[in-house]
Amino acid sequence: MPVIKDAVCSLCGCLCDDITVTVDEENKITKIDNACILGHSKFVGMFEHERIRTPMVRKAGELVPVSYEEALDEAAKILVNSKRTLSYGWCSTSCEAISKAIQLAEETGSIIDSTANVCHGPSALAAQEKGSPGATLGVIRNRADLVIFWGCNPVHAHPRHMSRYSSFSKGLFVPKGRKGRKMVVIDVRKTDTAKLADKYVEIDQGSDLLLITALRSIINGHEDVVPESVAGVPKEELLELATLMKESKFVCVFFGMGVTQSRSKYKNGDGVSSLISDLNQHTKAVMIGMRGHYNVTGFGQVATWETGFPMAIDFSKGYPYYNPGETGANDVLVREEVDAALIAAADPGAHFPQKALRHLAKIPVIQIDPYANPTTELADVVFPSAVVGIEAEGSAYRMDAIAIRMKKLIDTEFKTDEEITKDLIEKVRELKRGA
Amino acid sequence: MSEILIKNACVCDPLQGIDCEKTDLCIRDGKIVESVSANAKVIDAEGKLTLAGGFDGHTHSAGKINVGRFMNPNDARKNPVPGLSGQVARTDKTRAQVGYNTPNTYAIGYRYAKLGYTTICEAAMPPLSARHTHEEFKEIPILDKMGLTLLGSNWQVMEYIRDKEPEKLAAYVAWALKASRGYGVKIVNPGGGEAWGWGKNVSGLYDPVPNFDVTPAEILMGLAEANEKLNLPHSVHVHCNNLGHPGNYETTIETMKMFEKVKSSRDRQSLHVTHVQFNSYAGTGWRDFETGAPMVSDYVNGADHLTFDIGQVIFGPAVTMTADGPVEYANSRMLHEKWSNQDVELEDASGVVPLSYSPKSFINAVQWAIGLEMALLVKDPWKVMFTTDSPNGGSFVNYPEVITYLMSAKKREQVYSGFSDMALGKMVLPGIDRELSFYELAIMTRAIQSKMYSRPEKGNLAVGSDADIAIYDLVPGTIDPSTEHERLKQAFSATAYTFKDGEIVVKNGEIEESPMGRTYWVNAKVPEGIDSAMQKDLDLKFKKYYTVSKSNYMVEDEYLPRPVEIVTEGDF
Repeated sequence: MPVIKDAVCSLCGCLCDDITVTVDEENKITKIDNACILGHSKFVGMFEHERIRTPMVRKAGELVPVSYEEALDEAAKILVNSKRTLSYGWCSTSCEAISKAIQLAEETGSIIDSTANVCHGPSALAAQEKGSPGATLGVIRNRADLVIFWGCNPVHAHPRHMSRYSSFSKGLFVPKGRKGRKMVVIDVRKTDTAKLADKYVEIDQGSDLLLITALRSIINGHEDVVPESVAGVPKEELLELATLMKESKFVCVFFGMGVTQSRSKYKNGDGVSSLISDLNQHTKAVMIGMRGHYNVTGFGQVATWETGFPMAIDFSKGYPYYNPGETGANDVLVREEVDAALIAAADPGAHFPQKALRHLAKIPVIQIDPYANPTTELADVVFPSAVVGIEAEGSAYRMDAIAIRMKKLIDTEFKTDEEITKDLIEKVRELKRGA
Repeated sequence: MSEILIKNACVCDPLQGIDCEKTDLCIRDGKIVESVSANAKVIDAEGKLTLAGGFDGHTHSAGKINVGRFMNPNDARKNPVPGLSGQVARTDKTRAQVGYNTPNTYAIGYRYAKLGYTTICEAAMPPLSARHTHEEFKEIPILDKMGLTLLGSNWQVMEYIRDKEPEKLAAYVAWALKASRGYGVKIVNPGGGEAWGWGKNVSGLYDPVPNFDVTPAEILMGLAEANEKLNLPHSVHVHCNNLGHPGNYETTIETMKMFEKVKSSRDRQSLHVTHVQFNSYAGTGWRDFETGAPMVSDYVNGADHLTFDIGQVIFGPAVTMTADGPVEYANSRMLHEKWSNQDVELEDASGVVPLSYSPKSFINAVQWAIGLEMALLVKDPWKVMFTTDSPNGGSFVNYPEVITYLMSAKKREQVYSGFSDMALGKMVLPGIDRELSFYELAIMTRAIQSKMYSRPEKGNLAVGSDADIAIYDLVPGTIDPSTEHERLKQAFSATAYTFKDGEIVVKNGEIEESPMGRTYWVNAKVPEGIDSAMQKDLDLKFKKYYTVSKSNYMVEDEYLPRPVEIVTEGDF
């Protein structure tokens, strides 16, 4: 039985690349070592969940199986007839597929956006405001003696993060691992991650910016302006936290959606970035976003080098135009501006606000995905695709922007997202030539 | 078999000693050949200046530049150099383009080609991030590419130097080049990247790196020795310590002197000092900051073991990006600018900070002058490579502007006449009347690169060379570059023709074709016994300290769609 070592887990932004996978003669994964429960579920889920077996087109209200050619034809017609298409998702797939998706968006004058629209998009805006002082995860492993998790819960969302990269990992300058590091959790509730921390700072919901500002004031020597309690935290505790930050040798703030999607949105990330810059006057400090989808970072990278912008890119003028708030996926859906959508490797059906979904239900939707999900219910053309990282290879970017090549572990009859998108480009060109 | 005959070309090819002579060029299957058949397509160059394709030996065009793009979406809309910047809609032949200092990948390829450039060298690639650099290379059309691998703050490198294991060091350097598909050894602020891991820096060549018990001087000498032992095509490529600090010219000269004892294994320099402008500062602080170019150029004039590139400053917005992490943090604090940083485990640091150079700032004015002073005070153009350290000093799309500075004293005067007396008192440029000839310009923009990087098929038009050719809309002899600098600039801003591998990629300043360029990488052979001993140490590094496994670290073939493997035999 082939045993594949150093396989890459394509579940979350940790992109663990030390998975051992055993594949039997029937092309089935029979054993998975080193993966966390989430990763494990993804590998075995392949054989437990129902797959969409063939391409489908909605006819008389029902999705019915059709040939790949027919689906391609239908999808291309939708794209060619659309005046303003939204291409959305592209985060649980390879960079190669993303690159093709951008090309398709360019050729069809579409808007293309990623799941960052409802996730770490504000972190990008924060970086555009103040920059993004980061490091690769191994730097944290080897140096950080203070790890702060802010508005994130790796125990459940990134289960191996703490053992591979942060709290529990051992590195050159932190040979004792957890004993050599302090761990602080800042959150609105005592999460399972908070239970493991040396210090848990519970803050009032939506008050992150207040806390950041107070910490900056203290670190910059203005503790006199800080009131007795900020964000529900007594000043004394804040002074203690600020001192811990200043006196540590290497500080890393890992921040999640509790920071990016709560009140003050991108201003929170902007504040964290400023806090990091201020802290570097005293010690070494960096920040890293806890990215969710395994390749949402990759979408940002590919889109940035190919279009100049990380998300919310509008090609209607022929060149990339970017104005999140105007050109984001939810912006154009809520405004009922787009008249067709191509959705791949993401599930807005499950995650978008109702108003956006109501519009999505009204317009023709093309879906590319290995599995049926709530978005399928809204789709008019469905392409089943290979599971990237298991049935297809390609690049993905870890949450620290390190690119890793995902392996193909088992054979598949399904086409990859990249192949389907390539075929769509060709078909659209063909129809346009005909027109 | 495709054949082209370029008639009436006014060829300037310093590697062959040809100085603007009218001749015909024959091309077959992408190479310059002796003659072509009567079936060849004929192009009349009408006596226009014809050079080998330009070769930018130090540019930040893939990898770290993406951080610059990401944090500066405003750059995408900037259009200060019409035709070579800003937003351009897609056409049937070209992808959509944006940007000025940090253009998207497609714009980089098209715009370099329009300037007559056909090869670029990405100046800084940490091995762990090399896959990313190659992914961007894949999307840069037309140009041939190579990347320099960052090794100046690498743990394995520093440990082997500390432990006096030169053979294992060489084996590791060879492996790192292979793993990253790199072309040469880049050293940025040696040891400074590791110190920055603790928010510190090294203060000079003899300031030990924290925890590693080596000095920057030892890192430089160790890597230089390994570089020559491996017989690499390029010398070590050094960004000196103390970059950007007043008084740093002393460190620069000291670094250069140290290399006098390094024997080059090939017919090339043993040291390349990059963006020397940022390292030729005199004074003790910003108040008494002044040019150090006279001292540095004086040393270079008496030395024959090194080359340097200018790192010319362009007035207006720029984006600084370097593996010199501490410099970028200091920039951001001094200028109150946004700051991005990326420390890379076991390897190096890096930072990105946007800034703007203003002629009204006496410091920026002096920086502007220093680059030109270095280019003009060093007598031998075979030591000088033309760069703006794009986009650190300014975007490469300003090369035509820089050409006018070098070829016209009048143009320079036009610029510095706007400077304050204070600035003028801190520079020597107004006293320099040298104006470069086309021949000297061709050396600095393509010929020296051929020698520096040991790429004999590049930077010249001899039979057998790559048919990468730039024809500029300018007839030597009918233009006085000294007075007609505007016409000069115009001609260098868009070629009449750019050929890449014998294919017309630019015609009258417009993109005609965008083929995929090559990626050069070096496979330096190391005796097996030494390599396997080194691999054991390396395995431990991966097991204990890296967060990526060794097998997933090596850049796979898939990332090099048109690879050119340069094999070297080491001297063990």
